[in-house]
Amino acid sequence: MKAKIHITLKSGILDPQGKAIEHALETLGFKNVRDVRMGKYLEVELQETTQDRAETEVKAMCEKLLANTIIEEYRFELAG
Amino acid sequence: MNFGVIVFPGSNCDHDCIHVMSDVLGQKAVPVWHKETSLDGLEAIILPGGFSYGDYLRTGAIARFSPVMKAVQQFAKEGGMVLGICNGFQILLEAGLLPGAMLRNKSLSFICKDVHVKVENAATPFTGLCESGQVLRIPIAHADGNYYTDPVTLASLQANAQVIFRYCTPEGKVTPDANPNGSLDNIAGIRNAEGNVLGLMPHPESCAEEMLGNQDGQVIFRSMLDALKKAKLKTSVA
Repeated sequence: MKAKIHITLKSGILDPQGKAIEHALETLGFKNVRDVRMGKYLEVELQETTQDRAETEVKAMCEKLLANTIIEEYRFELAG
Repeated sequence: MNFGVIVFPGSNCDHDCIHVMSDVLGQKAVPVWHKETSLDGLEAIILPGGFSYGDYLRTGAIARFSPVMKAVQQFAKEGGMVLGICNGFQILLEAGLLPGAMLRNKSLSFICKDVHVKVENAATPFTGLCESGQVLRIPIAHADGNYYTDPVTLASLQANAQVIFRYCTPEGKVTPDANPNGSLDNIAGIRNAEGNVLGLMPHPESCAEEMLGNQDGQVIFRSMLDALKKAKLKTSVA
């Protein structure tokens, strides 16, 4: 089973990289761009085959290491 | 006194810290490899600056799970003095030994320059030889020094005098312009509630001897030494 994990800064926390990208997009003529948020994407191959257990495991990984929940939020999907 | 300087893969200010403690201040300072599990015989611990684990994932995120960090957690829990400088500060935050987190600098730039910091609390083992309100000129060298914490934690840091250093003008005024990286409340350094763990972004070990033209940073290490000596004297009298 494969976990696809997305980590972004929490809404309300300044994302200077997202802002810089937003400005660049505006400069390129994409005038309708708003609130660009930049994040990380991880793929993790799991041995686990049970959906429930895999979910618990990935959640623990995110809480413990992959995301810093003071500043970041995460979401993931499981496939395979 | 016996100081231990933790060496993670990618630490690069470890030798500077050892040099200051041993060659400048005449103490015993030893490197402690991150795979060590014991800190026996050491009286204070320094987590130096650098780029532990290449800053992968987040600064300090992987280093905080190094084997030695269990011993550092225990050392801190027992009241031992722990100083984290720059990446060392980031590791202490990730480890939960200090509250909050670091964001990318507001400017997105890696900033390497002298800044001024105001000593907001001189009644700590790390600042005991400073005057309250004293201004120190110390260099910073980081890309992720934009301190953040939630409003409740910030209020408690302020209420308990846990904000130890704030970025300021050379005259000691804490202004938005003097803030190099966007840190909340101009925070450059904080301590834990118990007072034995301190983290700061500026590098005092880079300006701790006369031949470098600036020894403002030395007072932090001398304060630690002074606090350790006083604690030892107290124990021997008791």
